[in-house]
Amino acid sequence: MSGYLSLWEQYGGQMLAAFWGNIQLAFYAAVASLILGLILALMRISPVPSFRWVGTAYVNIIRNTPLTIIITFGVAVLYGVFTWQLSSDFNLNFFQIAIFGLAIYHAAFFCEAIRAGVNTVPQGQAEAARAIGLGFFPAAQNIILPQALRGAITPIGNTLISLIKNTTVVAAGSVAEVSGLMKTMIEFRPDQGILIFLTIAMFFVIVVVPVGLLTTYLSKKLAVAR
Amino acid sequence: MSTAPGGRADGSATVVSVKGVNKHYGPLHVLKDINLAVGKGEVVVVLGPSGSGKSTMCRTINRLETIDEGEIRVDGELLPQEGKALAKLRAEVGMVFQSFNLFANKSILENVTLGPLKVRGMKKPEAEKLALELLAKVGVANQKDKMPAQLSGGQQQRVAIARALAMRPKVMLFDEPTSALDPEMINEVLDTMISLAREGMTMIVVTHEMGFARKAADRIIFMADGQIVEESTPEEFFTNPQTDRAKDFLSKLITH
Repeated sequence: MSGYLSLWEQYGGQMLAAFWGNIQLAFYAAVASLILGLILALMRISPVPSFRWVGTAYVNIIRNTPLTIIITFGVAVLYGVFTWQLSSDFNLNFFQIAIFGLAIYHAAFFCEAIRAGVNTVPQGQAEAARAIGLGFFPAAQNIILPQALRGAITPIGNTLISLIKNTTVVAAGSVAEVSGLMKTMIEFRPDQGILIFLTIAMFFVIVVVPVGLLTTYLSKKLAVAR
Repeated sequence: MSTAPGGRADGSATVVSVKGVNKHYGPLHVLKDINLAVGKGEVVVVLGPSGSGKSTMCRTINRLETIDEGEIRVDGELLPQEGKALAKLRAEVGMVFQSFNLFANKSILENVTLGPLKVRGMKKPEAEKLALELLAKVGVANQKDKMPAQLSGGQQQRVAIARALAMRPKVMLFDEPTSALDPEMINEVLDTMISLAREGMTMIVVTHEMGFARKAADRIIFMADGQIVEESTPEEFFTNPQTDRAKDFLSKLITH
């Protein structure tokens, strides 16, 4: 026990900072990828064939590319080769590239989650909207998406959970976050290896469980009565 | 079979004109050279066995179904391709569906005000006043704050009629409006439609309700296998059908 306490003395500050890093990564990436995912979903259901084509191509390419590859590409190629600078601060730059990579990747999954929600909306709703003269965007905004998002809460929640856990992958881009720190901690304190693992695992459980509970609650509460 | 373009025999203006329309679903020829003209204030009832193309024809008039050949005009204007022009024209054509299709995420009042607010750019108090008038007219004003799922089928369908009327359409299309209703609710919807017909609304009604056809129709269109095979007054159609298909159709109704 005293060993575990000394671990906290030694790494506590870094751990909290790293946890906070993961939470920030998850938050910004979630906001960005939800917006991008919504745009992609609209493209995939749009009446314009070329938009549908772009949306489909994006999803099929990005969804089938490992996240580690995307993050490594961001850091090694976008930054390393093309000297992409999202921020003049060295660490912040990596951090933002990581958010960019996470957002690009998860947008494909949010798009598909939203599209699955759109498929739960009966065809007649869209037909009725068109029949009173609503165009694509007013119909999507007032009728289709409000119902689709309620139907998509569970898959959106699942993607959000994946995203939170996938923030550990950006260790590949040398961003300060917990899985990178975990490696360092175990290297220097192998005596506490199991407890280090459990501490960090517990952190994710504590963050992710409420997301799951919230989505279950919301999907029941907001279900559209037919 | 077709009426001269621009006007009808009695001189009234043509609201809907369908000329030489063909449509295929893959190898299936669902609409075969359809010609039809509907004058202002006219009530045309489309009858025919299942799969005869009557619903499909009805849905082509506001382009919920596309056509392969021919032309459709509403109030003289050629039906546009997708886009803003089509949305504008659809606003002029009221549509009532078999399955009501009330917006499930909107209250009864919001279902009726949505079109006037978003398409006509009406102000909210004005749109609500109009909606309440129309809901009162179809007899469901007291349900205005409920959600569609809380209403009976007959009430939902009457709200759907009010929603279509709120756009002040030039013509109303009814696509089997009572087919999804329990028997005891059919009359309340038909009564609403009959009073609408008496007020001079131009209507195209696809239905299996022969009583309604007799009572409200100015003209019967009988379709079979994607074709219009007979076109006459209700009196003529029910007492003296000309074609074997129509005779066969009517005999089946009577023997049941």
